[in-house]
Amino acid sequence: MHHDPVISVERLSKTYAGGFQALKEVSLEIRRGEIFALLGPNGAGKTTLISVICGLVNATSGRVLVDGHDNVREFRAARERIGLVPQELTNDAFIRVWDTVAFSRGLFGKPKDPDHLEKVLRSLSLWEKRHNRMITLSGGMKRRVLIAKALAHEPEILFLDEPTAGVDVELRRDMWEVVRQLRDSGVTIILTTHYIEEAEEMADRIGVIRGGELVLVEEKRTLMRQLGSKELTLHLREPLEAIPAALGRHALALAEEGHALVYSYDASEEDEESSGIAELLADLEAEGIGFKDLNTRQSSLEEIFVSLVKEKAQ
Amino acid sequence: MNLNAVKTLYQAEMARSLRTVLQSVVSPVISTSLYFVVFGAAIGTRISEVNGVSYGAFIVPGLIMLLLLTQSVSNASFGIFFPRFSGTIYEVLSAPMSYREIVMGYVGAAATKSIILGLIVLATARLFVPYSIEHPLMMVLFLVLTALTFSLLGFIIGIWADGFEKLQLVPLLVITPLTFLGGTFYSIDMLPPFWQAVTLANPVVYLVSGFRWSFYGIGDVSPVVSLVVITLFLAAALAVVERIFRTGYRLKP
Repeated sequence: MHHDPVISVERLSKTYAGGFQALKEVSLEIRRGEIFALLGPNGAGKTTLISVICGLVNATSGRVLVDGHDNVREFRAARERIGLVPQELTNDAFIRVWDTVAFSRGLFGKPKDPDHLEKVLRSLSLWEKRHNRMITLSGGMKRRVLIAKALAHEPEILFLDEPTAGVDVELRRDMWEVVRQLRDSGVTIILTTHYIEEAEEMADRIGVIRGGELVLVEEKRTLMRQLGSKELTLHLREPLEAIPAALGRHALALAEEGHALVYSYDASEEDEESSGIAELLADLEAEGIGFKDLNTRQSSLEEIFVSLVKEKAQ
Repeated sequence: MNLNAVKTLYQAEMARSLRTVLQSVVSPVISTSLYFVVFGAAIGTRISEVNGVSYGAFIVPGLIMLLLLTQSVSNASFGIFFPRFSGTIYEVLSAPMSYREIVMGYVGAAATKSIILGLIVLATARLFVPYSIEHPLMMVLFLVLTALTFSLLGFIIGIWADGFEKLQLVPLLVITPLTFLGGTFYSIDMLPPFWQAVTLANPVVYLVSGFRWSFYGIGDVSPVVSLVVITLFLAAALAVVERIFRTGYRLKP
């Protein structure tokens, strides 16, 4: 299947002046129109990667193409396509919302367009606040203003660096809704986060970065299916003191002081009919172990992520 | 060339000064006018003429230079330091602007502000002391070159400074002493020969001298030398700024 990359990162490395290597030969393609989540612990290199693409940090080696334009040699063509929402809530405290958004549009060389600014401000529920000074806004509102600034010049690609850090749950939902609407309008979105929940909720594809290396890039659905182990919990009628020897061939554990049996299996093997559930149930029947209830649980992206990061660390 | 961006940056910087018009316009004009009142109108009448010019008129070009130097440096250094300090610089650096366009926006605005201030003070001086301008075009040329050069210097300081202390350090410890010792209030031939020689190492002497020549046709050094010195100074500042951007110093790790 052919995917049209809107950003190509090729063997990108960055070593800071102090000797810290923040990126190690990272290669990545972002597809036009997708929401890509870059997931990783603090200090993994997420912000450095974004900063190099947006021209805020010089790469040590490698290159970045934005819509086919080298982001250093053809920086104008590359940068005018990109909107960046930084992680820190940076702003000039005394400037008014309208002025700062208009300023952003001008910086990117676009002619004045009050109608577009109005549309952007309305879509972010900022229209009523347009005459307010930044200092009078709440943290969530400031974050929205930063998004409005990034959208003021009609970018094709939007970078959101930790868009919901320090934002309350309700506002986070709103923010996700805004991001979805943007994607529906054709904007490619790359967001970094260390909230797995956020990637799980939003992303089409997920990249995991750790120690400056991109350890994995995968469709979210595939990722969750491939790496998803499942658990079957059986709530027993009579508690067991130990797992009977006859059940030894199954991956079982006792839980709830012998009142529950937990069976772990790999969800990806379901298709091959070897989940082992049928055999387990038959063996239980043979042993005369009855159960009153059962439930299964698929591991969340968070568990997948933690196990992945641990695995790589070993 | 991204002219829209340069214009946007320039206007935003000018608007910032308008928001603080008391601090950025009224206060320097008042403090410079006080010099005219004290040294021009009050004490000046008791000081004999310098090279055929009354003392009050003699110090007008020097004081305007003093104002121009300090205002250019402080405007330009604050203009770039503040967005670095607050973090809003990310937007300018990620915009489709070349380094030169960024410099044009910031330095252009800082120089414009100090030229406007210089002209306001020049007009205000008229209220206290009579003066004439023999070479108005040269006067404007000196005004513009000096404002540009020292705004570039301020821009460099604003990038070099990593805190408010350093931001104040150069203006207070270097610019102000050089200006006071640069012939603002006296002609250097009033000094003993040794100090005359030392003074010639002070670049501000050439600025004040050239500027004063455009008013009264007199100066400590020839106006051509003044022009050469300030042009060299401008070229040096441009070279440093060019290097800052090429290496990404303090702006782009």
